[in-house]
Amino acid sequence: MIFVQILVNGLVLGSLYACIAAGFSLVWGVLNVINLMHGSFIVLGAYLALGLYLSIGLAPWWSLAVAAVLFFGIGYLIQRFLINRVIAAPVLLSLTLTFGLDLIIQNAMLYVFKADYRSLKLDPALGSLAFGSVVVPVDRLIAMIFALLLTLALYIVLRKSRVGRAIVAVRVDQGAARLLGVNIPSIYAIAFGIGTAMAASAGTLLALTFPIAPVASYAFLGKAFVVCVLGGLGSVPGAVLGGLLLGLVETFGAYALGPEFAVMLSFGLLILFLVVRPQGILGRWGFE
Amino acid sequence: MSKYIILGVVLVGLAAAPLTGDTYLMRMATLACMYAVMAASWNLIGGLTGYPSFGTAAFFGLGAYTSGILATLGVALPVSIAAAGVVAFVVAAIIGFILLRLKGHYFAIATLACVELLREIANSATDLTGGGMGLNIPRNADLGIFAEASLFFFAMWGLLALTAVVCLVVERSKIGFALSCIRQAEGAAEMIGINSTLYKTLAFALSGVFVAMAGGVYASWVHYIEPGDVFDILLTIKPVVMALIGGVGSSVGAIVGAIVYIAAEEVIWRNYLDFSSGIIGLTVVGLVLFLPHGLGSLHLRLRGKAVTP
Repeated sequence: MIFVQILVNGLVLGSLYACIAAGFSLVWGVLNVINLMHGSFIVLGAYLALGLYLSIGLAPWWSLAVAAVLFFGIGYLIQRFLINRVIAAPVLLSLTLTFGLDLIIQNAMLYVFKADYRSLKLDPALGSLAFGSVVVPVDRLIAMIFALLLTLALYIVLRKSRVGRAIVAVRVDQGAARLLGVNIPSIYAIAFGIGTAMAASAGTLLALTFPIAPVASYAFLGKAFVVCVLGGLGSVPGAVLGGLLLGLVETFGAYALGPEFAVMLSFGLLILFLVVRPQGILGRWGFE
Repeated sequence: MSKYIILGVVLVGLAAAPLTGDTYLMRMATLACMYAVMAASWNLIGGLTGYPSFGTAAFFGLGAYTSGILATLGVALPVSIAAAGVVAFVVAAIIGFILLRLKGHYFAIATLACVELLREIANSATDLTGGGMGLNIPRNADLGIFAEASLFFFAMWGLLALTAVVCLVVERSKIGFALSCIRQAEGAAEMIGINSTLYKTLAFALSGVFVAMAGGVYASWVHYIEPGDVFDILLTIKPVVMALIGGVGSSVGAIVGAIVYIAAEEVIWRNYLDFSSGIIGLTVVGLVLFLPHGLGSLHLRLRGKAVTP
């Protein structure tokens, strides 16, 4: 039965990883920008959920909507006025720009929230569900369901909506999209806004399951990297597959080898994939 | 010609630090030399060849641990530092051969993952590295504070002089020409008969050697290393920013950028402790947006010419 329990833990963790990585993958795939602020947006979302819960008692899954709207705006403005200016330059410049912006956000977070780890404890606690000997805490189950719903929502937006089709068009062939009248800078800003909104929304859910601190951002960023490379860049199904795979590898790896090997395993897997199959499991385009 | 004059002035200026007899100033000068070695080394692969490597910290840590472990076994300082360089050359050549087929962000991420992987290995190989407890490196002899500070300053300074000479020779040689061909158009470079795999791997291996030797000197200098300290991701990022300050592609620019950065960082640290990283962040953002070609392009800006990233 321990096998089923690990499987369930891995899937719960994996859904959260998928949600973390979906927005990161969108930005990387469409804009060819690696957004080093992604981890910090996740942590900011988590602090937002914590703040709203402590001040007005709003449950994290409702804070998700607040975070999505607020951070879409923030992301849109950052892309529109800052990153769009270096989007045509070599990748080194956009990467360094997001690193500089992340330093500023990190400094601000340390100043405002201090460096301590904090966690969101629901009162009353939700307890856990038992299926035979397999136990799942209800708050984790809720986080998993919302993470999957959020990722599904992104998928539907990209598949069905007008702006979503424009984003995909820019990703597939930017020149052709421009010829057809797509406003590229505006689509970049919207895509970056969506990526930022996904990060912060995922953060509100992570507040339920992980302790939060400004420095936690780097661990989340690392997961986003690995998931993107595993699943394939810029595709939502790729992020889901990569996220679930990483969740399972980490939980089974931690069980078989010991928890200290989980990080080594995920980065080893990352390098292996980059060498053997850099386009990811589902990827077709995007590999230079 | 002017870059040789600038380099000469910088090296002589740094060498004057011990004359002041001020150990604080010597500490800063040693740090400046260390980062200058790393920035100039990064420029070989990141600037000249155009492959955005984020693996600098991997070689720094590798060198620190190689030389640190040898030192605990009683090996003399110069031998342990040379060994760090040799180990890094071999490891960098292997990693480079495997990873240099990737481009752009993929290469950046793969080299970043190498840093994480090596840090985790250093954390887990407790028997060899002391794991998270860190590694104490014995002093060579009891020299006294000033003599010891001078020893490590001149070790770092000598390493910088060596790095600068090698970088300038590479830039001027056939290798440097091949590398800039690869940066501009790798496919075309292959067409005219440049063995791009060989040259890229060589550039990556060379960029690892001096960083590892700097790591080796650093380990003996501070007497104590731990994985989070020598595999710090900032050790990867700072040299890139320094090269950006000096103007990517020029090794003398990278060296000047390193000195400017270390001086600015120290001033900011002393005056605005709570906001130091934020101010550095603002500087980086300003640099990328307004002076993407480094301080050297300032005169173009001032004359109102367009400087596009």
